[in-house]
Amino acid sequence: MTTRRDFIKKTIITVAGAALPLTAFELLDPKKLFAQVAAEKTRVRWAFLIDTYKCVGCGYCVKACKLENEVPYEANATRTWVERYVLTKDGKFLADSPKGARDGYTTSKIDLGLGNYEEVKNNNIEKAYFVPKLCNQCENPPCVQVCPVGATYQAPDGVVLVDRSWCIGCGYCIMACPYGVRFFHPVHHTAEKCNYCYHRITKGMKTACVDACPFGARQIGNIKDPNDPVTKIIRTQRVAVLKSEYGTKPQAFYIGLDEEVR
Amino acid sequence: MKNHVLRPLYAVLMIVTLILAARIFLVPKDFGIQERGYMYGWHRKSNEEDWKKVSVKYQGKEYCKDCHGANYDSIAKTPHKNIQCENCHGPAIEHPSDPPKLTIDRSRQQCLRCHFPLPYPTSGRSKIRGIDPETHNPDMECSMCHNPHHPSLEGMR
Repeated sequence: MTTRRDFIKKTIITVAGAALPLTAFELLDPKKLFAQVAAEKTRVRWAFLIDTYKCVGCGYCVKACKLENEVPYEANATRTWVERYVLTKDGKFLADSPKGARDGYTTSKIDLGLGNYEEVKNNNIEKAYFVPKLCNQCENPPCVQVCPVGATYQAPDGVVLVDRSWCIGCGYCIMACPYGVRFFHPVHHTAEKCNYCYHRITKGMKTACVDACPFGARQIGNIKDPNDPVTKIIRTQRVAVLKSEYGTKPQAFYIGLDEEVR
Repeated sequence: MKNHVLRPLYAVLMIVTLILAARIFLVPKDFGIQERGYMYGWHRKSNEEDWKKVSVKYQGKEYCKDCHGANYDSIAKTPHKNIQCENCHGPAIEHPSDPPKLTIDRSRQQCLRCHFPLPYPTSGRSKIRGIDPETHNPDMECSMCHNPHHPSLEGMR
């Protein structure tokens, strides 16, 4: 038989137990602690800054990227590319990126695909600009979450890499990326993506695309360093990221991003 | 319990043991959960070093300075100063040992990347002077008249 005293006792125990947060039961994970120590030690988190006002669509970045990272030059696949957006006075919205802008934009005709082009007269342009694209090296990369074999991962400095010897080519990551950054490497037959020229940035160099850009439209910096010029701009000026609604926390920041850019 | 009931169980146990044994040999020693935890950091640690070992092809204009100082200095005085040597001359890689000679891109397309007029109001492209490639000496290389290292009209060849 339950007495009133028993009932009150049990109620208090239950309420007290339920009030304890789940975290109180979590044991210290030595790996996590070491990771925090390591992260403090490296103090590097790569981030990218793109100024769309400065981009002229010359495509030198794409050319340099393909040659630097050995992506077959004639294959219609590239780690970085430049998009052109044109809004006409008669209300048309056009966008193209022929060959990823490997050869720049040397015509006013917009490539509609399948061999169709649309000529836009200069006096019909309401708004037009170029937007360079590359991997956002998201803080929460969905491409990494879906990899079934642990072939793609985030390095401690935030760059997402692909282990070519471990990739089975299932293509989940290519579909998971909301930015369409990933593709199959035509030679290695594994998932391929921009890695901010990992072999260059870890040697203290800039990425090939940053070096190749004549107009300073692309910059790379360490967002953990408050004195880094790129970090200063990201902190103090108006910048935006692509598709923030996905919660991926992209780390490529854009100056002059427009609503039409997807 | 009779033996024939247990026999499939032994077979399954054998397969599981085989797989676990094979795993020891096939999975690299440094494969596992790294700094970024299971969700983002489950990988072979040494692959990070593999990526760092990729060879650098674009060496930057400071690499050219020592041997080609005259060209390095002359272009620095022109509006073309912000264009890297390798954008037109191709990646240096290990030049002069490999490749001994670089291939220069002298095509009209190369110049038109910037000098085809696209008056896009909010883009820097609108501030660059351009020519109509259909009417401006078609079928001639730009560098036959213009010196890309001294692009002003006074530098005409």
